[in-house]
Amino acid sequence: MSITVFVPCDSAALAAGAEAVVDALHKEASARGLTIDVQRNSTRGMFWLEPLVEVVTAAGRTAYGPVNFQDVPSLFEADFLHGGQHRLSLGLTDALPYLSKQQRLTFARMGITRPLSLDDYAAHGGWAGLQKTAAMDSADVVQTVLDSGLRGRGGAAFPAGIKWRTVRATDAAQKYVVCNADEGDSGTFSDRMTMEGDPYMLIEGMAIAGLAVGATQGYVYIRSEYPHAIATMTTAIQLAQAAGFLGDNVMGSGKAFHLHVRKAAGSYVCGEETAMLESLEGKRGIVRAKPPLPALEGLFGQPTVINNVITLASVPIIMAKGAAFYKDFGMGRSTGTLPFQITGNIKHGGLVERAFGLTLRELIYDFGGGSRSGRPIKAVQVGGPLGAYVPPSQWDVPLDYEAYAALGLVVGHGGIVVHDDTANMAKLARYAMEFCAIESCGKCTPCRIGSTRGVETIDRIANAQDKEQQVHLLRDLCDTMVHGSLCAMGGMTPYPVLSALNHYPADFGLQTTEATAS
Amino acid sequence: MNKSVEAPELQTVSRLLPEFTEMPGGLLPLLHAVQDALGFIPASAVPLVAEAMNLSRAEVHGVITYYHFFRSKAPGKHVVQVCRAESCQACGGEQLLSEMEQALGCKLHETSADGLYSLEPVYCLGLCASSPAVQIDDKLYARMDSVQLKRVVAELGSHA
Repeated sequence: MSITVFVPCDSAALAAGAEAVVDALHKEASARGLTIDVQRNSTRGMFWLEPLVEVVTAAGRTAYGPVNFQDVPSLFEADFLHGGQHRLSLGLTDALPYLSKQQRLTFARMGITRPLSLDDYAAHGGWAGLQKTAAMDSADVVQTVLDSGLRGRGGAAFPAGIKWRTVRATDAAQKYVVCNADEGDSGTFSDRMTMEGDPYMLIEGMAIAGLAVGATQGYVYIRSEYPHAIATMTTAIQLAQAAGFLGDNVMGSGKAFHLHVRKAAGSYVCGEETAMLESLEGKRGIVRAKPPLPALEGLFGQPTVINNVITLASVPIIMAKGAAFYKDFGMGRSTGTLPFQITGNIKHGGLVERAFGLTLRELIYDFGGGSRSGRPIKAVQVGGPLGAYVPPSQWDVPLDYEAYAALGLVVGHGGIVVHDDTANMAKLARYAMEFCAIESCGKCTPCRIGSTRGVETIDRIANAQDKEQQVHLLRDLCDTMVHGSLCAMGGMTPYPVLSALNHYPADFGLQTTEATAS
Repeated sequence: MNKSVEAPELQTVSRLLPEFTEMPGGLLPLLHAVQDALGFIPASAVPLVAEAMNLSRAEVHGVITYYHFFRSKAPGKHVVQVCRAESCQACGGEQLLSEMEQALGCKLHETSADGLYSLEPVYCLGLCASSPAVQIDDKLYARMDSVQLKRVVAELGSHA
């Protein structure tokens, strides 16, 4: 019997040379007259180890990594097909502390299954949530999601069940479920991993949403920067449809749910839900004023559930195991788990799914192993480009929506970008304003013009021109942007800017007193 | 505007149109299809698209120019995208970008004089745990450093 070898097909593995490793494995095996069965799995999310090669042995899946194609002959020499010792040996994959210390609910299958295999998905608990849903009253499905306490994982943390309840209660000839997969935040990739690695989980979550609220059409709006995710989702939808999990009669429920992939076109602000709706309708991605809420008048003016990938992907396990099971994880009103993404200048970058309540320090040191450069960590941006820079004094605050909000910080989509002490925080603050100027949709003045004025003001501070006056001006401008912008693009760009100014005044050429006086 | 379609690229556009005219919100999928087929969306395609989708030319032009992904001009033979977002900045992304400008012989947002390379910024490829990241055509590269950059660009040049 041939031995099974797993090599991930996730983008991050491909970017690290996984294809060359697969070629080398085949070549070396045939040169040695051995038959091996190379399978392409999703990624475990330990990206410093990619390409991570796993061999199925009697003891379990045994890992080697990071494997370069040039390492392949020596792996055969070391008899890695039977778990032999090699310089790249990592032992049993499941025993690696990075994985064993996690609480993987949503990402339970990640790295284990083959993304497009319906058999693998079903064998690892897939479709159980949808099957239950198909036999339930839709009001009870919505109640289960409400009871789980699940909140929007895209960043805004709005209770998912409330959106669902509103859409369900609104009468309309056509309702929609839209998945926001426009994951544009630097430091995030959990949506990408889900779509590339466990696409049926998202499909199942969306089908549950469709059945619960009475929507028969769904769209996944995926960013153009994710071609692999688009390809995998497109194929997965076709396969799921052919197998009866989507279509006119979802799992024998007698209800229809049709799902379509839509490719975005490189606009960051289209991650804002109303701009995304405009884009799906074939228009420029300009933010809409609210009200009306999308739950009442969303896509093509119809009631629409809009949730992030991870929100929808968390629904199957909630339906399968019950609201109470999920709610047991987390703290306070932040129930369940969040897939944190440790990125930037970090030794062990990757995906860590844990219940809310752990600290940034645990993530960046216990999991991340400190900076990749070996230099001291200076600042950590949490929650994407619109999230604040968190200084060391706040690294012991529990990661929980409320605890973070109380300090003017945001958990957001769980992206964590680490900067070492070579980072210039004034430059990063300037970049935040510059990015806002590039990506602003232009509808509201504080964002459209404020961002450009912000760049100019930070430049003047850096050039020591009327410092005191310019700091005052920058704070005033940020105040206008926070309170006067239509959406989070202009409304939250001040978060990184002000946190940089408040905690790292020296980088702006300011004394602490100069930075705070206003 | 003369309605007779002669240029081959306009024939391609005309051939693509029918699939999208009835699709709800079909303009973006149509523009993607045009760009996939031609590499860019020529200005001469705008009237055709507008008429087929029952939109004004201004609306179609507005959509094409709003989105960073759509191009109105043919790019160089290879499109090189360097990530400029925070995670890559934390790992030397800015330095990498200037090395890339030197290696390709063109600045950001430009195409090299020999038409071989277009250098563009990208704001996140979702490879942030392995920054800095670069995409060249449809191939991804992570943990890009000066050595790998020189090797990759040399390979591109040798296939030119």
